[in-house]
Formats: sequence, C-alpha cells, structure tokens
Amino acid sequence: MIIGTIVDGLVIDHIPAGRGMELYHYLKLDRLQCEVAIIKNASSDKYGRKDIIKVGEVIDLDLDILGFIGPQITVNVIRDGEKVDKLHPELPETISDVIRCRNPRCITSVEQELPHKFKLTDRETVTYRCVYCDTKAPKQRFH
Amino acid sequence: MTKDLIDILDLSREEIDELVAKAGDIIDHPEDYRSKCAGKKLATLFYEPSTRTRLSFESAMYELGGNVIGFSSATDSSVSKGESVADTARTVECFADIIAMRHPKEGAPYVAAKNVQIPVVNAGDGGHNHPTQTLTDLLTISREKGRLDTMTIGCCGDLKFGRTVHSLIAAMSRYENVRFVLISPEELKIPENVRTEILEKGNITYEETDSLETAMPDLDVLYMTRVQRERFFNEADYLRLKDTYILTPDKLQYAKEDLSILHPLPRVNEISVEIDKDPRACYFKQVRNGKYIRMALMLKLLGGGLT
Ligand SMILES: [Zn+2]
Repeated sequence: MIIGTIVDGLVIDHIPAGRGMELYHYLKLDRLQCEVAIIKNASSDKYGRKDIIKVGEVIDLDLDILGFIGPQITVNVIRDGEKVDKLHPELPETISDVIRCRNPRCITSVEQELPHKFKLTDRETVTYRCVYCDTKAPKQRFH
Repeated sequence: MTKDLIDILDLSREEIDELVAKAGDIIDHPEDYRSKCAGKKLATLFYEPSTRTRLSFESAMYELGGNVIGFSSATDSSVSKGESVADTARTVECFADIIAMRHPKEGAPYVAAKNVQIPVVNAGDGGHNHPTQTLTDLLTISREKGRLDTMTIGCCGDLKFGRTVHSLIAAMSRYENVRFVLISPEELKIPENVRTEILEKGNITYEETDSLETAMPDLDVLYMTRVQRERFFNEADYLRLKDTYILTPDKLQYAKEDLSILHPLPRVNEISVEIDKDPRACYFKQVRNGKYIRMALMLKLLGGGLT
C-alpha cells in the first residue's frame, strides 16, 4: 500500500499496532485541516505489526502522549521532501486528560471539570497513578 | 517540605523526626507556645463529620493562641449548593491562614492545596490518606519507646481496608530494623500493593499470621484496628471472626512488660475495657498526642513569620 510522499509534515512511526486511531484522537488530529493518513497494521521489522500516522503539515505534537502510548514511537520531521529531524518521545513524568481515573471514590468522579492527571511513580515498571487518589492507571501495552 | 500535608510520604524522615521533636518540646513547655499563632485562623472544612479529628485540630490551634472558623458537615455549607472544592478553598483562603480538610472523596484536599497559597492539611480523604493520624501514631511510638527504629510492630485486625495501618507501615518502613507482624483473618489480609510496593520493595522483614496469641510475645508495639461488620459479605463470617481479634487480659499475659498498645479509635469492642487500666494501654495518650503533633505541624506549616 502506498500513501503519497510527504513534502512537509510528520511521520509518526512505530505506533503499537491497533492504537493509531486512539492516538489520532489523543493528539486531536481531527482538528487539522491538512491531510492526515492513518496506516494500520503495517509490517515492521522490529515489532511485527505497527501503525503509522502521516500528517501533511509540521505541527506541534504533544510528545508526552506519544511517550505514554509507547516509548518506541518515533516522529520523523519532513521538510522539502527531506527528513530533517527524528524525535524520540520519552516516558512523561505526568500525563493529563489522556486516560481517566476509574475509581468511583476519586474526587474526579464528582467534579467533572478537574483534569484527569496521572504521574509516573515507578519508571522500572512504568506505573502511573492518579494524582488525586493514587489509583494505578491501566497498563499500556508495549511498555 | 511542600506548603501542604496531603500524604504522610510528603514528609521526609528528617521532617517527621523534627515534628516529633517539636511536639515533645510543646508537651514539655506548653507555656512557650500559648501565643505562637496569635492572630492566626485555622479553617476546618469538614465535608463529613469526624468530631474527634476536628476537635483535635481546633484545640491544637486554640492552644497556640489562634482562632478557628469552618464547618463540620457538608449539609451546613455552600457545598450543599454544589460549589467545587477549588472554589470553596479559594473563598476560605480570603479568611483563614491554614486549612484542615476532611472529605469523603479521595484527593479533595489535594485539589484544595493546588488552588490556594495557604497551607492545606489533609484531615482524612475517604479511605485514602490521613497523615495527621499517622503522625499521631509515630509521636506515640516515639514517646513510649524512646525511638522509632529497631522494634517489632504488630498490626492486628482489618489490615485490608484499614488505611491507618497502610500509612503506619509506609512511614515506619523508613526506619532501620523495624519488623512487622501482620495479624488478621484471611479475608482481611494486607493488600497486595502494600506488600509489594512497600514491604518487599523496601526489604522489610514481615510475617503474616492469623493468631494474635502466637504473635504477642515478640511485639514491642501492638496496633489494634477495628474489624468492621460492613466489610463482610455475610453475617456468619463476621460473627466467626470478630471475637478472634478482641484484645483481652488473657491474651495480654503473653506480652512483653513494655508492650505499647495503640488504636486509632474509636474502638467498639476490639480492646476489652479491662485493658484500659493496664500501663501498656496507650490509646488515650495517643489522642492527646494527636493534639500536640497537630500543633507542631501547624506551627511548621505557618512558618517563620511567627513570633
Ligand atoms: Zn483518581
């Protein structure tokens, strides 16, 4: 399958297979006017299958979200048809409004306007906990 | 230290030692502290009733020469009109110098703390944190034992839902040579995350048992908690288990002479009243210590601007 080559834009590569669409929403790519392509289940030498997102414009990406979904994700920055940069998102210290706290006793369950914020409490096991109630975030695959 | 106290682990071991020492000085020289907080106001924002904790905070502030405002349940406050915790805290900040907040939802005091400049003390948020109870426990152990390291602490009763036990274990695990004996029925054993993330991660020696009698001879401290009826799925299990963990004089005959018996109170029947006269019973001293440690804490949080 061939998707048109990008002249200026971003290639978000090595997305865990099946999570491209989720990432599309987290990154709010639906709000963009430019071309956006999501490629699902592309074959990958390293990971078997992967998703890829191509964005037809160089935009400011929230690298924290990428690092949270999968630290193996890379972002190639393309200008004038040339790869000018390759970004490696890192595991973020905190993550806001990506996942929701499911603890019914958490203050976020009654105060709707509070951001759902999680902090990295254990880098080794990649454990995130709700900043309000310390409930563990569901494990992200590929970590 | 941060401006607030939300979780006992917000405090370093050194800061805890400093608070314990300060409380000791307050106990020895109360007259030196009678006007330390003159002109200061504590706001007790209690979204659910907890008379014991509220009175402890309030009397602590009065003994420092300060004043108290606040509410003692959600029904008699603007909360009943649906105001957010953040807005209530911002409003109260205009009137008070420090907030003590009790709330049934976990994380509410954290929300308040993030929205105001003045210190916020978590006075209990649901089943989550209650750091001033833990400070009270630590002060009591320190005063009774003369140290916080090198001892065997028995925790008995509901170790599954008993947050005071979880915080005590987390705080005491930072001292050397502290060993835990966890005494509970199978149904109320310590949760997996406390076992793995505190005890095993910290290489803390602990054992689990369902027999208070066999554990007793080793203990330097016995921390009793209540086995609550509502934790059980059926009445039969509750009735079967509740009396196993009642501390009675005959169980105490196996104990060390210098055992210290603690209980966060209120007690129902898990410590027989005959034990109250025993010099090893420390739970009422513990209540008094709660006031002193809250005095030390508020002094520290209100900082250097005081005389
Ligand atoms: Zn939460």
